[in-house]
Amino acid sequence: MKVVVCIKQVPDTKGGVKFNPDGTLDRAAMMTIMNPDDKAGLEAALRLKDQYGAEVTVLTMGLPKAEDVLREAIAMGADKGVLVTDRVLGGADTWATSQTLAGALRNMEYDLIITGRQAIDGDTAQVGPQISEHLNIPVISYAQKLTIEGDSVVVERQYDDRYHVLKAKMPCLITALAELNEPRYMTPGGIFDACKAEITVWGRADLKDVEDSNLGLKGSPTQIAKASDKVRKGAGEKVTLDPGESVDYIVGKLKEKHVI
Amino acid sequence: MDFTLRKEHEMARSLFREFAEKEVKPLAQEVDETEVFPRGTVDKMAKNGFLGIPIPKEYGGQGCDPLTYVMCVEELSKVCGTTGVIVSAHTSLCCDPIMTFGTEEQKQKYLVPLAKGEKLGAFGLTEPGAGTDAQGQQTKAVLDGNEYVINGSKIFITNGKEADIYVIFAVTGMIEKRGRMMKEISAFIVEKGTPGFTFGTKEKKMGIRGSSTYELIFTDCRVPQENMLGKLGQGFKIAMHTLDGGRIGIAAQALGIAEGALERTIAYTKERKQFGKSIAAQQNTQFQLADMATKVQAAQLLVYKAAMAKANQKEYGFEAAQAKLYAAEVAMEVTTKAVQLHGGYGYTREYDVERMMRDAKITEIYEGTSEVQRMVISAALLK
Repeated sequence: MKVVVCIKQVPDTKGGVKFNPDGTLDRAAMMTIMNPDDKAGLEAALRLKDQYGAEVTVLTMGLPKAEDVLREAIAMGADKGVLVTDRVLGGADTWATSQTLAGALRNMEYDLIITGRQAIDGDTAQVGPQISEHLNIPVISYAQKLTIEGDSVVVERQYDDRYHVLKAKMPCLITALAELNEPRYMTPGGIFDACKAEITVWGRADLKDVEDSNLGLKGSPTQIAKASDKVRKGAGEKVTLDPGESVDYIVGKLKEKHVI
Repeated sequence: MDFTLRKEHEMARSLFREFAEKEVKPLAQEVDETEVFPRGTVDKMAKNGFLGIPIPKEYGGQGCDPLTYVMCVEELSKVCGTTGVIVSAHTSLCCDPIMTFGTEEQKQKYLVPLAKGEKLGAFGLTEPGAGTDAQGQQTKAVLDGNEYVINGSKIFITNGKEADIYVIFAVTGMIEKRGRMMKEISAFIVEKGTPGFTFGTKEKKMGIRGSSTYELIFTDCRVPQENMLGKLGQGFKIAMHTLDGGRIGIAAQALGIAEGALERTIAYTKERKQFGKSIAAQQNTQFQLADMATKVQAAQLLVYKAAMAKANQKEYGFEAAQAKLYAAEVAMEVTTKAVQLHGGYGYTREYDVERMMRDAKITEIYEGTSEVQRMVISAALLK
């Protein structure tokens, strides 16, 4: 079985979000991490490797430094890494990104493609399903559990207060939720191997069956009017006393802080 | 000279830091309070390859270098001194001598499971009358048929009751050296469960309270002859070589404790307000922090230099002694200042710096006291 996992290097929003004057993210000023939903997708793929000997390839589009996230994935256990990087691909929205990744995937062998549900820097949840459309394969999104049955995947799809169980014949695409699993750590030896591993680097010319008009900033219909960081609340405190005691406790706290 | 870390070391540090923050830090206070060995954490470290970092892959290890191992002990110790020393004693004091002096059979039988983390290792040299003076050894091993019969006891043994495989030193005879009769010391690999090998009292310690520190007792304990590590009479050399490496591990532990205390103190002094402003705005605090940070940085450079010396040089005892001496004394000084800057809160067990100050003290004592390090360093200077 061959599994391709699409992963993205995203700013670590735990340290706060920083913007350029034009409203786009100031990525250079922020630490980066592997997008959490993508990491869960990678872990799901690595479990298929442990269980069935699947070959796991990780694919990303980004600046040359996005190579780091591929090495991290290899240090966790992925077999190969493919980086798609080219100036003409810069400024891509979800449409242009999914076109780019589909163009790369047409050059690759796969039974299963796994993407994260959404990236924490955009929160659109569009790229995975769009890739499946471009490649004309089934998609099951919001996977909270994934198993293999013969030539099909069986997925529990999260849905409000319940989940749906769906089955799709491979090749297909799954979008993973962070709740899917607890991703493994890299291993020290895996890190040393990952740093020596050869990363395949593709540019525009390596993308198959994609029009220039669908790539990069020019191929991106999305326009960002304004972006801002959300106002952060404190961690808060949960009180689990009975109602009467809770009221006393809250009143006490308000007095302590001189609110009343 | 370039002080920039290579990519693999940066990635390894981020791995160890993430693991320490998620898996070790939340338990550090409880481990200290209850004095319970953190078996769950050790199992997780084993699963993730932390118990065989500098051991080659063909022997079940991770195939990394001593610097990576040092960073692991450093990052673990930043949040929990107990966890740092468990890895250090296992790796430096048990895996390393078997890797360096063991036969191929011994490596396959003992090193592979140790490096994979399936087994935990310990090292028994110290005795009631033989600490710094290794010649004071009383434990004896006498050959009987094809077995050595060991009698005696070892004290202050880290990973004591929790380990599975022990490197033990014992007197196997007397030899003449420079006109004087000296004890001939040899090293043995002893497995837990060997008849005649039992445990004595558990030490109640000031710091690193979750580490299992026990007395080992050998009463007519029979060990196969093939479990001798190295050659007959090579024990003293094996012990000294092993401690050179061990000192780098303890130096890394001391460095981590100092870094942890500094981090917490920087955060605390920014939050704590007195006289209407944060105490970080007071010049005394600023100067103290500047001194602490400078010494921590100097300690780190010495510790990393010693790790690189172990990777690249045949002898590294001098670098190891300097690193351990300085890092241990910096750990004690920085944690003491950290408690002072925390004021009354720093003296309570609610704050990590109280534990760190207690944990720091042992780094000036075990695997060669600071006085022994000064002896090693000055002997090299004056030879």
